[in-house]
Amino acid sequence: MSKVFVFIEGQNEIKKGGLELLTAGKNSGREVVAGAVGASAKALAAQAGKYGASSVFVCEAAGLADYNPAQYADVLTAMIKESGAEVVLASATALARDLFPRVAARLNSGLASDCTTLEMTASELKVRRPLYAGKCTAEVEFVDSPIKFVLMRANQLPVGTPDEAKSASVREFPAPAESAAIKTKEVVKGASSKADLTEANVIVSGGRGMQGPEHFKLLDDLASVIGATVGASRAVADAGWVPHSMQVGQTGKTVAPSLYIAVGISGAIQHLAGMSGSKVIVAINKDPDAPIFQKSTYGLVGDLFEIVPKLTEEFKKALHK
Amino acid sequence: MKIFVCLKQVPDTETRIQIKSDRSGIEETGIKWVMNPYDEFAVEEALKLKEAKGAGTITVVSVGPKARVTEAIRTALAMGADDGLVIDTTEYLDTFQTAQALAGAIKKEGSFDYVFTGKLAIDDNAASVPQILAEFLNVPHVTVVSKFTPGSPTVVERETEGGTREVFTIEGPCVVACNKGLNTPRYASLPGIMKAKKKPIKEMTLADAGVAPSQIKVRLKDFQLPPEKPQVKMISGDAATQAKELVRLLMEEAKVL
Ligand SMILES: Cc1cc2nc3c(=O)[nH]c(=O)nc-3n(C[C@H](O)[C@H](O)[C@H](O)COP(=O)(O)OP(=O)(O)OC[C@H]3O[C@@H](n4cnc5c(N)ncnc54)[C@H](O)[C@@H]3O)c2cc1C
Ligand SMILES: Nc1ncnc2c1ncn2[C@@H]1O[C@H](COP(=O)(O)O)[C@@H](O)[C@H]1O
Repeated sequence: MSKVFVFIEGQNEIKKGGLELLTAGKNSGREVVAGAVGASAKALAAQAGKYGASSVFVCEAAGLADYNPAQYADVLTAMIKESGAEVVLASATALARDLFPRVAARLNSGLASDCTTLEMTASELKVRRPLYAGKCTAEVEFVDSPIKFVLMRANQLPVGTPDEAKSASVREFPAPAESAAIKTKEVVKGASSKADLTEANVIVSGGRGMQGPEHFKLLDDLASVIGATVGASRAVADAGWVPHSMQVGQTGKTVAPSLYIAVGISGAIQHLAGMSGSKVIVAINKDPDAPIFQKSTYGLVGDLFEIVPKLTEEFKKALHK
Repeated sequence: MKIFVCLKQVPDTETRIQIKSDRSGIEETGIKWVMNPYDEFAVEEALKLKEAKGAGTITVVSVGPKARVTEAIRTALAMGADDGLVIDTTEYLDTFQTAQALAGAIKKEGSFDYVFTGKLAIDDNAASVPQILAEFLNVPHVTVVSKFTPGSPTVVERETEGGTREVFTIEGPCVVACNKGLNTPRYASLPGIMKAKKKPIKEMTLADAGVAPSQIKVRLKDFQLPPEKPQVKMISGDAATQAKELVRLLMEEAKVL
C-alpha cells in the first residue's frame, strides 16, 4: 500500500492542521505514518491513531522541547526515510515552514509550500497554491522528485471524527546529537495565549480607523466573546500601536479563517493579499466607498466606535455568555 | 568579512496579474519589477554589519534574466553593497534549483561569513530558498529573523507564532533570512546611485553554477484567477440594528459561529 507521512505538532493535543492532514491521509486510502518530535511527542500518538495513523514515529527528549533546526532536520530525515512514504504532509506552521524545505532538499526532493487545496487518492496527489499574494493560484506538479513534500495552510480541510477503537503502533527514534554549529539558546513565549493568527478560526482586525492603541480594547472585548484572535493592518503596526507579529497582509501574516472581521481597515491591495482567502469577511467602515467592501461578504457602513460595542453585546446574548 | 546578499526581483505589489491564455503562467508584459521587499532588509542588515566591522565586502547575488535583474542589483549597489553577481537565465527554476544556483555561485566565490536573504519572495511565497541554500552550503539557517547580533557565537532571534521568539547561537557561517522589523532599509543616496554605476557586476551561466534546468522537481501549471466573490451584502440601520442583523446572518446564513 502506498504510504503518506504526516507531521504532527502539539503540546498534549494535535494541532488542528495536523488533524486535517491525518484525515486527508486516512481518506486517501494510503497507509498513514504520523511523526512527532519534542518533549511530549508520545502524548500525541494515541490521538493520531484515532484519527487514522497506523503507526506513529516519535522522538521524545527533554532537549527537543524547543525547536532546533539542525536536530529536527536530522530526526525528520531519518523518520521519513524509514517510513518509505512517497508523500509527506505537514501543516504550514512557523516550525514546519522553517524545517521542511531543508529536509526535502536533503532527500533530493521538491516541496510545495503554503498549499490551499489538496486532493489525494491512493495513487494520485493534486495540490494548488496561491501565488502573487493570492492574485492567482496554480497547480504544483511534482516532476523529478522521489518524495513529494506538501505544506498545507491550516483550516482548508475537514477534520474527521476520531475512531475511539483504533490505535497506532508506536515506534521510538533516538534523540539526534546536538549540533555544534547551532544551539537553541532560549524561547521567549509571546504574551498571547490565543490561537496564532495563521491558525485562528476567527480573526478581528483593526486598522487606522481605530484611532489609537488605547482603542484596541474594543476589539479585545469582541474577540474574547467570539473566541477570536486580534490582528491589524500595517498602518497600525508601523505606527507602533500593536506589535508587527499582529500584522495581516502581504508583508505580514497570511490568514484564512472562517470569519474575518475588518474594523476601520480600508482594504489596500496588500492587506487583501493576506486575508482574501477567508471564508466569510465582514467589513465595518464609515466610508461606503472603502475598497474593503468589494471583497466582503457582509458590509456595515458606520462608526466603528458605535458598532463594535453593540456587536460585542449582541454576540454575548446570542452565544449566552 | 565576506557577506553575500541574495536578491530576487518580483512584480511590484500593485501589479495586476494576468494569466496567459494557455494558463501556463502569468503575462509578463507590462509588469513593473522591484526588489523583493524582504530583500531590502537583507541588504540593510549586511550594510549595518559591514559598517560596524569597518571592513568587508558585500556581494549581491541574483538568479534571473540579466537584462532585468541587473536593475535590482544596481539598487542594492546604490544602497552601498560592493559588487554584484548575476546567474543569468530566462528558464523557470524551482526553489531547489534556485538554491542550487546560489550555492554553486557562492562556493565558486570562495569562503563567506554570512549570507543574508529575505524571509520570503512575495511572488512565489515559498519561504524555502534560504533553508535549501543553507543545506547545500552545509551551514545552519535561521528564518523569519527579527534580531541579528554577529560574533562568536552569532546570536539570532526568530519570530514564530503568537509573538513567541526563538533565540539561537551559531558558530561559524550561516544563512540569515530577514523579516520586517529587523531594521529600516535606507534609501539610495544620489552619490550612491552615481557610484553604483561603476561597481562591477559579474556574470555566470546556470551551467557555471552547476544547475541543469531540465532536472526540475516541481513545476507550476494551470494558473487560475481566484473565483469572484459574490456581491457584498450591505447591512443598514442604526448601530444596534446593524449589530443584531450581522449576528443573525453570521449564525443562520453563513453559519460560521
Ligand atoms: C510593499 C508594501 C507592502 C505592504 N504590506 C502590507 C501588509 O502586509 N498589510 C497591510 O495591512 N498593509 C500593507 N501595506 C500598506 C497598505 O498599502 C495600506 O497603507 C494599509 O493597509 C492601510 O492600513 P489601514 O487600512 O489600517 O489604514 P487606512 O487606509 O488609513 O484606512 C483606515 C480606514 O478606517 C476607516 N475609518 C476611520 N475612522 C473610522 C471610524 N470611526 N469608524 C469606521 N471606520 C473608520 C476609514 O474610512 C478608512 O477606510 C503595504 C504597502 C506596501 C507598499
Ligand atoms: N532568483 C533568486 N535570486 C536570488 N535570491 C533569491 C531568488 N529566489 C529567492 N531568493 C532569496 O530567497 C528568499 C526567499 O525566497 P523564496 O524561498 O522564493 O520565498 C528571497 O527573499 C531571496 O533573498
